[in-house]
This record gives sequence, C-alpha cells and structure tokens, in this order.
Amino acid sequence: MSGVTRITGRACPLGLANVDTDMIIAADHLKTTVRTGLGQYAFEGLRAAGSVLDDPAYAGAPILIAGANFGCGSSREHAVWAMMDRGFSAVIAPGYSDIFAGNAFKNGLVAVELPQAAIDQLMVGAPDSEIMVDLDSMTVKRGNLSFDFTLDPFRRQCLIEGLDEIAITLRDDPAIAAYEAKAPALGWSMGSAFAV
Amino acid sequence: MTPRTLYEKIWDTHVVARQGDGTCLIYIDRHLVHEVTSPQAFEGLRAAGRRVRRPDLTLAVPDHNVPTTRRTDAAGNRLPITDPASAAQLAALDANARDFGVRYIPDGAAAQGIVHVVGPEQGFTLPGTTVVCGDSHTAAHGALGALAFGIGTSEVEHVLATQTLRLTPAKTMEVRVDGALGFGVSAKDLILAIIGTIGAAGGNGHVIEYRGEAIRALSMEGRLTVANMSIEAGARSGLIAPDETTFAYLKGRPMAPTGADWDKMVAWWQTLATDEGACFDKSVMIDASTIAPTVTWGTSPEDTAPIDGVIPDPDSFDDPAKRVAAAQSLAYMGLSAGTRMADVAIEHVFIGSCTNSRIEDLRAAAAVVGTRHIHAGIKQALVVPGSGLVKRQAEAEGLDRIFIDAGFEWREPGCSMCLSMNPDRVPPGERCASTSNRNFQGRQGPGARTHLVSPAMAAAAAVSGRLTDVRELMA
Ligand code: SF4
Repeated sequence: MSGVTRITGRACPLGLANVDTDMIIAADHLKTTVRTGLGQYAFEGLRAAGSVLDDPAYAGAPILIAGANFGCGSSREHAVWAMMDRGFSAVIAPGYSDIFAGNAFKNGLVAVELPQAAIDQLMVGAPDSEIMVDLDSMTVKRGNLSFDFTLDPFRRQCLIEGLDEIAITLRDDPAIAAYEAKAPALGWSMGSAFAV
Repeated sequence: MTPRTLYEKIWDTHVVARQGDGTCLIYIDRHLVHEVTSPQAFEGLRAAGRRVRRPDLTLAVPDHNVPTTRRTDAAGNRLPITDPASAAQLAALDANARDFGVRYIPDGAAAQGIVHVVGPEQGFTLPGTTVVCGDSHTAAHGALGALAFGIGTSEVEHVLATQTLRLTPAKTMEVRVDGALGFGVSAKDLILAIIGTIGAAGGNGHVIEYRGEAIRALSMEGRLTVANMSIEAGARSGLIAPDETTFAYLKGRPMAPTGADWDKMVAWWQTLATDEGACFDKSVMIDASTIAPTVTWGTSPEDTAPIDGVIPDPDSFDDPAKRVAAAQSLAYMGLSAGTRMADVAIEHVFIGSCTNSRIEDLRAAAAVVGTRHIHAGIKQALVVPGSGLVKRQAEAEGLDRIFIDAGFEWREPGCSMCLSMNPDRVPPGERCASTSNRNFQGRQGPGARTHLVSPAMAAAAAVSGRLTDVRELMA
C-alpha cells in the first residue's frame, strides 16, 4: 500500500444518508476472488436511478461527499475496493459504520468525518472547485472554507506511510505467544469431531 | 475492584498488548471463515509467504453461495454448481482450507450450514471468548456471552496471520427489557422493536448488552436472533450474559469442553456477568409487554411498525433526513402512508437466514401452518434450515411434511434468499415476508421488496397471502 498525505480534486456531492454497503456494491458482484475490477459496479443501483455520480462534471472526482452513517450494513470490503477502483481516494461524511471505517483505512481510502453543518457547506458550490483533504494539517479546504478533522494517530501514521499493519503486529509476536500460554479460553483442547 | 460490565471483562481478558495510542492488540479465540470474504485474505497470506497462526482456532464453512436445491442426484452423486463464479469461490475456500490446514466443514457434510448457526451448534462459540468472522452478523454469537463481531477481508487476513486484531475499546450500551413478551410475540419482534426504538445508527460505536427479565426468559435460539441483529442497530456487537440456559445449550456439543475442563470453564463463565453497579455509557429501557408482532414497512431495519399499525406518513418524522428517506423507502416499496400493515399483500415467503433458521424457528412456523395450505396468491414459499443438523432434526420431528404439504419448498441449508448470492431471489417489484435481517433495497434481488418478520409471522403471511397478525391464527 502506498502512502498518501494529500488528496486534491473535485468532490462528488452525493450527500445521501445511510448509504449501505448493498448500495455501494450489490451482492451479485461479491463472487470474486480478487480485489480489482469492481469499480464498474460501484453504486450501480443509485446510478441506474439517475445520480450525481454519473454527472460528467464530477467524472474522475477523487472525493465523495456523503451523508450520515455511510457504509452501514455488511462487512464486505468489496465496498471499499469498488469505490477505490472507481477512482475515489477519500470520502467526507458526518459518520461511518465502524466496519466500513476499518475497511477503508486498511485499504488507504481516507474516510474523513466532518459535522453535518460542514458537509452542508461543501455540498453547495461550483462543480469545478477543488477540495483538498490534507492529512498533514488535518484539514479539509475548499477556497476560503476550511474544516479541521481528527483521525486516530495510528491510522493517520499508517495512511501517510502506507504501512502494512500485519507486519507491525507481527513485531508483537512474543507478546502474542505469551498471551497464548495463559489464555483462559484456550486452556483446554477443543474437540475436533463435528456432529455428523 | 471497580465494577465492570460483561464487555469490559471479556475485553480485559483478551488484551495482548496496549499501544500508546489507546488501541489494544486483542487476542481472537475463534475465527469463522466463509467463501465470500476470505479468498483475498488467503491470497494475501500466500503473497506474503505467511501461514495461518492458529488453524485449530479457525473454522471454515461455505454458506453464502451454496445452492439450496438438491445437491445430489438420484444415485447420490454431487451435482455441479452451475454459476461459475459461485463455483470458483467455493473451490477457492476448499483449496484454502486444505492448503492452510484450518478446521473445515465442506459443502455436503451433514454439519454444513450458515456460519452463525454452525458456530454455536458445534460448541465452537463459547462464553467469554472473542469470535470474529468476515460477516456483519457475527454479533449473533454474543448470545452465548462471546464478544463477537464482523470484520472486513483485510482484518480476516490479519487474524489469520496473527490471531489478533488492533482495536479501540467500544462504548457500552445497555438495552434492558423488563416484563414478559405477550402471546404470539417472539424474539424477532423484540429485536425489531428495539431497532425501531433506538434506530439503525442508535448503537454506533457501542457494544450492546441485552439484559432484563425478558432477555433472561429467552431460549438460546431466541437470544441468537436478538444478538444477530445488533448490527442492524449500528452496534459493533451484542452481548447476553451466559447463564444456565447457555450452559445447558452448550453441554455435550462436539467442540465444547468436557469433564473437568467443562467444570472449570463453567466456573469461569459464571464470573462474567456484569457486576452490580457497573456503568454503561448509554441505557435504554423497554417494556416487553408493550411489544406487538412487528413488521418493517421500509428499506431500513428501523422502519418498523406493529402488525396492527399503519404505514407512517413520512412528514410525521421530526428529522428532515428521515422524512426524505421514508418517502424514498415507500416509493421503492410501492406503499403509501396510512395503509394498514395487515392489508399489505405478499407474493413470496422466506423462512431462513442466520437470524431465524434454527429448530425453534422452524417449529414456531410449522405450528402456525398446521394443516393449512399457503394462499393462492403466494408464488414461492421457501423454508431453508440453517444447517444440515437443523434440517435433519426438523425432518425427525416431521416439520418438513407440514411445510411440504402446505405448499412450501423444503430446501438444503445455506444463506439463500437472505442476500440472494445463490439462485434464490425475489423478482423485481415483488414482495416478500422474510425472516432474515435486512430489508435494504435490492437485498433479496434487484427491485425486491422485503418485509422483515418473525418465523410465525412469515407462516401467517404464507397462509393468508398478506401480512397478518399471527395472534388471530393462533387464537
Ligand atoms: S444468512 Fe444472511 S445475514 Fe446471515 S450470514 Fe448468510 S447472508 Fe449473512
């Protein structure tokens, strides 16, 4: 995963609240064994109904602006893969489902949380004005609008440096082994027979 | 010692390392794996030359893609899976489970079924453990007092490689349900009513502990139904303290401890309940006696109404965003405000999913069906047991005959019409009374309209061709 510090570009003003993972990528497209190629199916249902997502003014926009509770529903990481494959590098919304936020972070999709009032201001404005999401200064800027956001420091560092979280955790291997030696739930051996 | 909640006790027991930034490395005791969210994780391991750290704590079972029609021909040979993409995912799970040596229940084994039915059924899920799965309804396992939550594919890979997750502590929320559920009112009605009260984002950032008399009175099956839908309230997970009901359910299960180990574990499990005086970040109180059989009218699980109620007017909501969402929901659902819920005609019925496909669910539905036949207006009514063992038990009790004689299709176990990754789906614009957990747009197939209901209410809808107050049929 490559690191990212700043994302600059147009922001597609979707604005919708409770965009669930089925809306981001329908179950029909989960039957894949790879992470790529899902962009064509991203937001399929919304786009079929006519959506700002297909407005040529926002073609290739790297930022999506959405409403509250974005990414609720399923744990499918395909939602994040599909969004990134469609070209999004950041989302700005008042809040995310916990699993979606985790998935986004793991893949380097920057999920920024701003209050609804800030979202409302970013939703209006010329399609050709650019937004900047800056992980250095932890601000979202457009023209003379500027909003501060917060991000878990570990996540921020991983995003900026593009770190592999598994490798970081494996540095704690001795602690994991020590835990296993005394874990209460592992203190007996699990039967291996299945009821058949 | 400061009084602690059940959640805090399980959390504290599983901290491997505390990081400076407030996150903790948490040990994972049980990892359930299915075919849809794992192929990329195993690929990641291969690419990095990593192994599965604890194959013995990992249990793989296919469920989402498997067809629920007969899987063997008359001679007993396995039938091929026709959808090549489904077949590829199932083949990938098979190869990955064998290559990495994890515990595996293959398609066709008697114990195969939906991961969240199989885990408790096998005694793989135990009180006080941490349980994860690349599936949002993992919260179901919290019914046994396990801290269980859904994870994404990168986290699946992280757990496979390290048997841990880096997590921040959740906030705690108590949902206390006092009183007793009324006649004809089930665990499903209870959880739908809870979600209707706290909202689809009401539990965000929290782990919910369900407490109170009405929860204690639930069977294990009922508790699994309640905990299963915690995610539909936005919660990270749901928990119910282990008690005698839990221990009685687990004793003798194939992977549960035995002998002296069992006694030792029970003694530990008995210490897990939330201490007197422990604080929750948020508390909600609900009176069970006020809950009627509950149905959904919209496309969010929070869009609930009692069966004797009417579809609300979108303008009646205070929140402007909710007004817009409700209007969109009703347009999608082809319904209008003021319609009586009991006047909504149904064309499909689905009894199944990890929410309601256990033996008790099938018994409750069969009791309502009795000697009745499904209504002429019903195009398809499916009963899909949650596992091969549930199916076998139901057949031993003759439930399959009740369903088949009534005009239902009696299927093989799997996720089926809950999310329609296999061929089972509701056609566009048609309406389904479903015992599953999500009524999102397109969940049961593009354009499908879903009403979430209990098994008994699904049976009532099947025999009357419309959403029906099951209490009228039981009187
Ligand atoms: S039955 Fe439905 S909710 Fe449950 S695991 Fe399967 S797809 Fe997910």
